[in-house]
Amino acid sequence: MKAADSAMGGAIEILNPTLDPVSAEWLNSLGGTEAERKAAQIKLHGLLLRIARGEVSRRSGHLRIAGPELDDLAHQAAADAMVAITAKLGQFRGESRFTTWAYKFVMFEVSTKIGRHVWRNPNQSMDAEDWDRLPDRFGFEPAEESEWRDLVAGLHRAVDEVLTERQRRIFVAIVLNGVPLDALVAELGSNRNAIYKSMFDARRKLRAALVTNGYLETDTSRGS
Amino acid sequence: MRGRSELDRFLETDPRDVGCEEAMEFLHVYVELIADDPQAGDRYPGITAHLRACGPCSDDFEGLLAAVDSSAS
Repeated sequence: MKAADSAMGGAIEILNPTLDPVSAEWLNSLGGTEAERKAAQIKLHGLLLRIARGEVSRRSGHLRIAGPELDDLAHQAAADAMVAITAKLGQFRGESRFTTWAYKFVMFEVSTKIGRHVWRNPNQSMDAEDWDRLPDRFGFEPAEESEWRDLVAGLHRAVDEVLTERQRRIFVAIVLNGVPLDALVAELGSNRNAIYKSMFDARRKLRAALVTNGYLETDTSRGS
Repeated sequence: MRGRSELDRFLETDPRDVGCEEAMEFLHVYVELIADDPQAGDRYPGITAHLRACGPCSDDFEGLLAAVDSSAS
């Protein structure tokens, strides 16, 4: 039995390290003779394209992409997933079915391509800073402004005082301007984990500041 | 006041949250566990906490789960 320990999340136990027959066949054919490899790559690409089309269709409700452009995005995602899978074939450890592992790369490529598309075709500025948008972002009702005005002002002050310049830029882009995180990844030439970590730290610092200054009553967050 | 609780929820962080990199490293394993048992996430709080807080990773999770389901049917 193999276990992958997670620093904060417990362990994922791999109960069956033995490859299932279908996954074993995929590995054998993808590592076989040139003819076997080509046939397997064509078959796998067909599967990846079907999954990519399904995924872009599933996400299309949030996008301003449709028709041939959406299908082109699916083709690009499937092709780039195929490249990633081929390059990382030796890293497949049999912890899941081969196809589940392979489809994961389709999800990553679809996310990356949608993020880049939004970045190239923004419907909002990444860096504009309009604090009047904030109440709407969190559903504060205009009729109740007297109750939330101080809280929003306190949040604005905390953003100015406790965040680093990078955390502030990320907060403004994501929260005030509604920029999708993956589009911000493209804008900053960063990666999802780094942006998320900056935002995670910013959220923790802002909440602590709002509690300290009496805008939120108790610190119920689990963070320190 | 709905806005206050929304803001509070947004700012709340869970120290068990493993972050994008680790969650995505094990996404294929986690998805198969959830596909077999929807309650399996309770046993992996770090990934579950992350998917609850990270929209893009949650999207990837939902997409992969749908892909696995569509392949099984």
